[in-house]
Amino acid sequence: MSAAPINRANEPLFSGAEWDFALLKRVYGAIEEMALNDLKLDVYPNQIEIISSEQMLDAYSAHGMPLMYHHWSFGKIFAREETSYQKGWSGLAYEIVINANPCIAYLMEENTMTMQALVMAHACFGHNHFFKNNYLFRQWTNSEAILDYLAFAKRYVSAAEEKYGAEQVEAVLDSAHAIMEQGVFRYRRPPRPSRAQREERLRKRQQYEEESFNDIWRTLPGTARDMSADAALVDEDENVGPQAPMNLPEENLIYFLEKHSPSLKNWQREILRIVRNVAQYFYPQIQTKVMNEGCATFVHHYLMNALYDRGHITEGSILEFLHSHSSVVFQPGYDDSRYSGINPYALGFAMMTDIKRISEEPTDEDREWFPEIAGKGNWRDVLKHAWANYRDESFIQQFLSPKVMRDLKLFAVRDKADDPVYTVAAIHNEPGYRRLRTTLARLYDVATHQPDIQVVGANLAGDRTLTLRHNRYRGIPLAPNSRDAVLKHVRKLWGYEVTLEEPEA
Amino acid sequence: MSNFIDRRLNPKGKSLANRQRFIRRARAEIKEAVQKSLKDRTVSDFAKDQKISIPTKSTKEPHFRHDQGAGGEHDRVLPGNKDFVEGDQIKKPRQGDGQGRGKDAASGGDFEDDFTFTLSQDEILDIFFEDLELPNLIKTSLKEIKTFSWRRAGFTTSGSPNQINLVRTMRNSFGRRLAMKRPSEAEIEHSRQKLAQLKCGATPNAENREVIAELEEEIARLEHKRRWVPFLDPVDVRYNAFAQQPIPTSQAVMFCLMDVSGSMGEREKDLAKRFFMLLHLFLKRRYERLDIVFIRHTHDAQEVDEHTFFYSRQSGGTIVSTALEEMKKIVTERYATGEWNIYAAQASDGYTQTGDASRCVDLLNQDIMPVCQYYAYIEILDEREMEVFSSEESGAELWRAYRTVAKAWSNFATKRIAKPQDIFPVFRELFSKDAAEAKT
Repeated sequence: MSAAPINRANEPLFSGAEWDFALLKRVYGAIEEMALNDLKLDVYPNQIEIISSEQMLDAYSAHGMPLMYHHWSFGKIFAREETSYQKGWSGLAYEIVINANPCIAYLMEENTMTMQALVMAHACFGHNHFFKNNYLFRQWTNSEAILDYLAFAKRYVSAAEEKYGAEQVEAVLDSAHAIMEQGVFRYRRPPRPSRAQREERLRKRQQYEEESFNDIWRTLPGTARDMSADAALVDEDENVGPQAPMNLPEENLIYFLEKHSPSLKNWQREILRIVRNVAQYFYPQIQTKVMNEGCATFVHHYLMNALYDRGHITEGSILEFLHSHSSVVFQPGYDDSRYSGINPYALGFAMMTDIKRISEEPTDEDREWFPEIAGKGNWRDVLKHAWANYRDESFIQQFLSPKVMRDLKLFAVRDKADDPVYTVAAIHNEPGYRRLRTTLARLYDVATHQPDIQVVGANLAGDRTLTLRHNRYRGIPLAPNSRDAVLKHVRKLWGYEVTLEEPEA
Repeated sequence: MSNFIDRRLNPKGKSLANRQRFIRRARAEIKEAVQKSLKDRTVSDFAKDQKISIPTKSTKEPHFRHDQGAGGEHDRVLPGNKDFVEGDQIKKPRQGDGQGRGKDAASGGDFEDDFTFTLSQDEILDIFFEDLELPNLIKTSLKEIKTFSWRRAGFTTSGSPNQINLVRTMRNSFGRRLAMKRPSEAEIEHSRQKLAQLKCGATPNAENREVIAELEEEIARLEHKRRWVPFLDPVDVRYNAFAQQPIPTSQAVMFCLMDVSGSMGEREKDLAKRFFMLLHLFLKRRYERLDIVFIRHTHDAQEVDEHTFFYSRQSGGTIVSTALEEMKKIVTERYATGEWNIYAAQASDGYTQTGDASRCVDLLNQDIMPVCQYYAYIEILDEREMEVFSSEESGAELWRAYRTVAKAWSNFATKRIAKPQDIFPVFRELFSKDAAEAKT
């Protein structure tokens, strides 16, 4: 199972279910040693926090973040989770992990020692490695600053509530939340003024100062100059207001409204910015569910088995571990009452385990499909390369092997709106593999589940109508009720009429 | 590389602010759901935590969604294939009547279930009180489960300065000064005078000089000791201590009397139920043990359980005195006056058989009022009748008869009601008496 030399001679680190902090540290040390030296993972320092179930419920309700501004929708999540936990309809997660530096992991106090070990391997090394190395997280999120930023956001929102009234702030947040999915930059960073532009502006300002120079101002202590300097700072910082260039079409609705809405006040723009930044922070997680969970699951599975092979944990523990591991990666079939989509843990874990198999014991089929990695034995490098440079869509397109498709018995169904029947488009057989893989990869493209909405026009000279366009993905329209409700929110933020075009493909 | 932090002792309830915002937001729906649930709950347990479901109207969070059922092409990949091969066709399930889709229900991603969560007792009471128009003081006093009074509980070594017990403190100080042999002012003065005498006398000789030196040393020693053993030391200080003691409570029985003849409709019964609930809430706070007896009557009366009381119907005439007879019987059988506080609440539509009213008055005056702590009677009218009987004096036979009882007994309250907010004034006296007691 493992390439490491098997040596069961070690004394087990623990035998019962109870844990204490000294024991946690010892087990953490053993896991860390293997994670860094055997798997050669590259992680942020870990901060492990033990919390109670109530605190876990608190953490649930705010996207799992330790800090968040106040909003009723978090209260709604809390109320639902609390009820469903108290009634025993659902258990709580064993852990929450936050993409920050240091990486914060919450462990529940109710977990047994085996579970704590599993969770540490899963969160503190699996997720942590993924957060630190995956290109999406490196490009789009700032793990150093997120907690500081959320602290700022929380302060800012509550200060705004005090100053302008909770209802006002709530209204802006409601509207911003409605278009949160359209509040991310998918392809580029927010446009910054280029160096040349900045110099040009500086030159203009100097020119203005020279023209309006009046020696009498010099005799006043400081004030006049400071004020003009302040105004210049604001001017340089943001291109706000209707006169700023719009760069249409614009994919980031919140960004557009923040910068160009004719009716918003400055504090409202700042709140939009906060929502936008939070949305952007979570955007990579949406695109890497399979990989992120697969990576963490693969890592905990490998590390726990390695612990067992070295005699660090007992047979009882490894059985307890296997029981919870297998329920995590359980994939019910489409006709099972428990089926609710493809389980990202199951798919990710199956694919990564299969990469290891291909690397170590390839079949002829694998040699044909994956000539670069089959039989090379360097699965650690292959996996680390994949974790760093792919997202779900590209990872599946590249690495989903025929064996995994056969094991999961995947099949693709096509649903055309005006057909009276669904058609089975491809199944797990020789002619179907490639089409099946492409279809599945597409499904993990964000565009398939998040509608592509862009700002295409703003008639500022006339009646100030804002025009949005929905570029249909394969001719699929928007659901009408929610569309109208969201448009109402956009109208509130824009302040004038907003129309939405949905051209037929 | 790692840092373990125990956060379990950190405060919980970080989500409270969000929860309150949520409840404010969904106020209208929550209220409706609670009012509905009041009908199904029993008088005695309605103010407990409970699960409610609300429609998601005002708490909906819309997003742009693809319409799963409408035009375009959808691909899906599913696991667990058993016998499909490529090209198989699966019939789509028919939606609705087969022609176009229903406008709301079927539109793909728009569907949301009712939202279910648990409301706490406080939140439920807030909503229950909302349209009863209770004064604020009473709302808070109703929510408290127990009342406490402050009782002296000896002395402590710590406390606030205004609670210093001077006698105790000085007694300790005195004892300590005695034990530590603190030199008194007089002792030092005595030595000083001696020294002064010696000094102002003739030029000091050798012997004198020695005595002076001794005396000076003695004075220095005494003064040092005086500083060292202070007049008042922190260890002497005693404070009066107070402790909270729950006010002793006893047992009470609450009689609910209601006319269940055909003229009492659902609206009347609903109002009556709230009336009983409010009295129960009040009594529950005052008494550790509280029994409820439900007596319903038409032309004869019987004791029933709560469900029968509120929900089953009975046909027949209306003779109110039968209920009072039944109550009298139960009191003598089960609730000996010395041990039980007896409260009664009666609801009716004001109709009784001609001639029965005087029988009721006799029963009340002679048998019931002498043993009752409080007797509240409400007559439930519809709003039109309410206008007709705007004066207290006019009214049906029973009402006029009960007015005479009310004049004779100060703990007998009568009121005509048509809306929930009319209920509270019936109890006004009861509550104000309680508030006055709480103040003293």
